[in-house]
Amino acid sequence: MSTARLRAESLRLGYGETLVVDGLDLDVVGGTVTAVIGPNGCGKSTLLRAMGRLLTPRGGHVLLDGKRIDKTPTREVAKVLGVLPQTPQAPEGLTVADLVARGRHPHQSWYRQWSSDDEQAVAEALAMTGMSEFAERTLDQLSGGQRQRAWISMALAQGTELLLLDEPTTYLDLAHQVDVLDLVHRLHSELGRTVVMVLHDLNLAARYADRLVALRDGRVVAQGEPGEVLTESLLREVFDLEAKVIADPVAGTPLVVPVGSRHRTS
Amino acid sequence: MIQGVTASTALTERRRRRVLGLVLLLLGVVAASLASIAIGSKSIPLDAVWHGLVAPGGSENDIIVRALRVPRTELALLVGAALGIAGSLIQGHTRNPLADPGLLGVSSGAAFAVVVGIFGFGLTSLYAYVWLAFLGAMVTTALVFLLGSAGRGGPTPLTLALAGAAVTALMQGLISALVVLDQQSLDAYRFWRVGAVAGRDSVIIGQVLPFLLLGAVLAFANAPGLNALSLGEDVARSIGQHVRRTRVLGIAAITLLTGGAVAACGPIAFVGLIVPHVARAITGPDYRWLLPYSALIGMVLMLVSDIIGRVIAWPGELQVGIVLAMIGAPVFIAIVRRRRLTRL
Repeated sequence: MSTARLRAESLRLGYGETLVVDGLDLDVVGGTVTAVIGPNGCGKSTLLRAMGRLLTPRGGHVLLDGKRIDKTPTREVAKVLGVLPQTPQAPEGLTVADLVARGRHPHQSWYRQWSSDDEQAVAEALAMTGMSEFAERTLDQLSGGQRQRAWISMALAQGTELLLLDEPTTYLDLAHQVDVLDLVHRLHSELGRTVVMVLHDLNLAARYADRLVALRDGRVVAQGEPGEVLTESLLREVFDLEAKVIADPVAGTPLVVPVGSRHRTS
Repeated sequence: MIQGVTASTALTERRRRRVLGLVLLLLGVVAASLASIAIGSKSIPLDAVWHGLVAPGGSENDIIVRALRVPRTELALLVGAALGIAGSLIQGHTRNPLADPGLLGVSSGAAFAVVVGIFGFGLTSLYAYVWLAFLGAMVTTALVFLLGSAGRGGPTPLTLALAGAAVTALMQGLISALVVLDQQSLDAYRFWRVGAVAGRDSVIIGQVLPFLLLGAVLAFANAPGLNALSLGEDVARSIGQHVRRTRVLGIAAITLLTGGAVAACGPIAFVGLIVPHVARAITGPDYRWLLPYSALIGMVLMLVSDIIGRVIAWPGELQVGIVLAMIGAPVFIAIVRRRRLTRL
């Protein structure tokens, strides 16, 4: 049995009257990068929120290192697991340094305020994301890509071994998407972090993830290495998409080429 | 690593500026306090103020200083600080730059309780109003919190603000109904509701002081949590903050501070609305600095307004509540015009 750091057991998730996920099991193995893919509304973000204890399940459990996450004090969880929601909001006038410093929140208390550990964690997080030179800028003065890197710095400064990222590349142009994913790769390869992220771009997901989890209607349709998961039949099943899958000329990972009605021959 | 050091010196530099700002504001508070003791229908020279403070004898000046000016000044300091802090808290928790401490119905609840006391029990003493107003403030906040929590998803800034608005409207209606029935109630009520620091003695200060102190302690304990919450509830949870506990703590602090202030002075407008904007322009969105700045700026604003009220209508005076409304409206318009409203 491999070591599952984070595990979902027969999760039932929903908002209001609607049930989005019904009976889902998932293991996240330590030291891997997992990308969750699936069509809009399939429950990707919902699943990620539940795995990060931002959403209380209707049924089932999330286990962090074998312990129920909802029974563990939230501050203890926050020392091991960081979650970055989609397009987070910051108050106006907040500087990058201040934002990243707030990532140290779980390590502080009324008797233990700012320490040299905190100082160092913030400096390292800023350096890792290349944001040191922007430390005194306010978030409103940054471009979209820089802002995203600032938020990732905050999650990094938190110093957690696990990171859950909800669409970290949304609203970024392709160059900045690659930038952010290169950063994710370094978190994994240099710092040994375990990363779970929701991604829309299948080709980038195939390139940067060790494992893909394909969701449809709140169920796991397939999971495994990108080469096993991203097949023409799976794309049809999960996305209702006619596509060719060829080898990525750069990475050798699957490359999805959609057909579309304009070029359909048969 | 060099870049890290640069960021760190910038932080230290900013910290020093913020501490310096606090010291300057503190000096401003001392100066305004002395002015508040010296200026009035009978002006008292500064050396006589000093004499009255440190070695009071039986002279007329000494008695005015000790019995009238000092309690009045103390009360203005307390209430200014309380409303400044409560304003920053309510704007932070609701992420609404137009929120004021009365948003959760505290002031209208206090006013309603006072009217019931006047109309139903013929009470006319300010001491009695203090307890009534405080009771009204507490009950109303509890009611607003219950209403705001009733829906699925528990209390959110939006449901709390809506519940506060509904309860405020109800209370205002009931107040109007009662005072319309009785001329005497109307007279007593309209003097109370203007908001004043005059005519309150040290007994009233003693009545509200414990609540204001407790409220201030809770407010400062709430600052780190509010910093986390200002990044959104999801991020706050993910960095280990208990969202519901933070909200309850904040509401408790707001209720104690606003309830104590309204109980002592009647409803005082604009301090809780304007002060946070001024403080934020200096400190930025860090509540550990924003709250002490708000307290000191609130003190200065209350004192200066009260002094203006004594000067412009000399030898009579204008209640601080009226002065604040007259200063507050244009100042607030200026703030709104100068910078677009801050996103919290």
